[in-house]
Amino acid sequence: MGLLLEGVDKIVGREIHLKDIQLELATGSRTVILGRTLAGKTSLLRLMAGLDKPTHGRVLEDGRDVTKVTVRKRSVAMVYQQFINYPSLTVYDNIASPLKLAGIPKTEIDTRVRRTAAMLHIDNLLDRLPSELSGGQQQRTAIARALVKESRLLLLDEPLVNLDYKLREELRVELQQIFQQRDAIVVYTTTEPAEALMLGGDIVVLDEGRMLQVGPTAQVYRRPATTRVAEIFSDPPINFLPGKVHQGRAHLGKDIHMPLQQHMQGLAESDYTFGVRCNHLCIAPSGADDIQLRAVVELSEINGSETFIHVVYDGHRLVIQHNGVQQLKIGREVPVYVNPCQFFVFDAAGRLAAAPGEACRV
Amino acid sequence: MMEKWEDNRAWYLVLPVFVVVAFSAIIPLMTVVNYSIQDIFGPGNAVFVGTEWYEEMLTDKRLHDALWRQFIFSGLVLLIEIPLGILIALAMPKKGWGVSASLVTLAIPLLIPWNVIGTIWIIFTRPDIGLFGVWINSLDLLQVPFDHTARPLYAWITLMAMEVWHWTPLVALLCYAGLRAIPEAYYQAARIDGASAWAVFRYIQLPKMRGVLTIAVLLRWMDSFLIYAEPFALTGGGPGNTTTFLSIYLVKLATGQFDLGPAAAFSLIYFLIVLLFCFIFYQALLNVGRGEKIS
Repeated sequence: MGLLLEGVDKIVGREIHLKDIQLELATGSRTVILGRTLAGKTSLLRLMAGLDKPTHGRVLEDGRDVTKVTVRKRSVAMVYQQFINYPSLTVYDNIASPLKLAGIPKTEIDTRVRRTAAMLHIDNLLDRLPSELSGGQQQRTAIARALVKESRLLLLDEPLVNLDYKLREELRVELQQIFQQRDAIVVYTTTEPAEALMLGGDIVVLDEGRMLQVGPTAQVYRRPATTRVAEIFSDPPINFLPGKVHQGRAHLGKDIHMPLQQHMQGLAESDYTFGVRCNHLCIAPSGADDIQLRAVVELSEINGSETFIHVVYDGHRLVIQHNGVQQLKIGREVPVYVNPCQFFVFDAAGRLAAAPGEACRV
Repeated sequence: MMEKWEDNRAWYLVLPVFVVVAFSAIIPLMTVVNYSIQDIFGPGNAVFVGTEWYEEMLTDKRLHDALWRQFIFSGLVLLIEIPLGILIALAMPKKGWGVSASLVTLAIPLLIPWNVIGTIWIIFTRPDIGLFGVWINSLDLLQVPFDHTARPLYAWITLMAMEVWHWTPLVALLCYAGLRAIPEAYYQAARIDGASAWAVFRYIQLPKMRGVLTIAVLLRWMDSFLIYAEPFALTGGGPGNTTTFLSIYLVKLATGQFDLGPAAAFSLIYFLIVLLFCFIFYQALLNVGRGEKIS
């Protein structure tokens, strides 16, 4: 039971917005749609809501075909990237508006509005107008408007993107708790891998209108099916190095000639792409298994308490995520360390051939 | 290090603006004030009369009539042009070639000089050669044949038509700009809420157009309150005095009868009325619909 998208395409003019979408969302599930800008995230949400009709395919709700049912007749609530509230209504009336339009008795509206407002910590602002609120409070009002309906489907389209860093963290934690109390189908889109990981649940990795991978969020993070998924689901971007397996060893550029151990055992002799996340590259050895390569510093980018060190190794750019502030001189050659068990291995077609096993997770 | 110094040299930067404003506004205004409190018989031959001209003007029956006429005219202008402008803006296409086509069409009346508009409409409505005048009279529906120089009602209808044709596009363009600034997500949210088209207009479009509507009301009020060229071109204030609005009366007084003292006092009263009403409208529009209840 839940929402089922069956072979859904969305083609506008000659542009393909969505292609071959096959997706089942169970009641009470939480799904994150992860994709870059223009991947089709919003198009997909609009189809789920019934704001748009698919060009091909069907949308089923609890087994009932709702492809042609208008949004008014569906049980949907949506939160947008922009803070959407009725400008001339107070916070109270804004939250109450969907209930009033649904013709619910006044006393029930009052209790539900106050309960939802309290949940989002805006119960002290009920008499204000949206223009008198901060961005965070405006978005809380919009989220309250969506939650108060208690709809079957709750869609959030990058709801935290326009908030500043601190508010975003705060609201993200609260949202996660709120979602857990709901038995609605919650769908949340984001461009940020960190946000997807934090919200947990299931993930749909979307790229250029196509679903690349679906599954439990943590599992997809550990085993990205293709190089493209690994790219989208890594921030900062994952590092790739071309290499080949020859006579029981993997050769990656001039410095790395490692024996095939652990998860890499059994790789056939061929060309591969090796991927390693930035946080697994270090400028100091962290264990006895580490192998060393020598790279030239291009840039040290200090970001809060971390430093992103951009280096060039054998003609390939790598980014090292270093914990702590580190200013390295540009052009200097530095040793870079990596534990071989952290390598993702993709075959020539970009499909995952081997992923780091449980034993090696830091 | 920036060095701080204390003197009043910053004045030199303000001075040019001060000079321009003095010549463009303060000196002419003070000349009018000067006229309004003196009886001037000739150069160097003036008598101070205090508030006499003001008293005369404030009790002048013809000024009262002109003022009422003016209020009715400007009120009608707002009542017709604002809703009509909103309707046109709502009906305009949102994308495609229709957008530029309708924008250009709307802008045409705004580009025509005032007295040319007068001439166009006079010719258009003339009962002997005018397209409209001849056509309406050929229908034989009116008891008195249409002639804007003969009947006050016909003169008013012609004037209103002229004014509405000339300036509704401005209101429509302002409203259109206001409507286009509303993000698409508002309409989607309203659809998801199940809001009717009226509710969308009432709770999204109208509040979001508050700013442009304030500007439209102020501009149209001020401008129609100062109307001169159209009635002057049409009938010169006639038939009788039925289209003698404030500025027509003022010009008659000042340059026709050469009553400079009363005319100056009148000008200042006129100025204050315009200012007062702009203030009232501005305050009203600033506060209208704040924290209203959804019904």
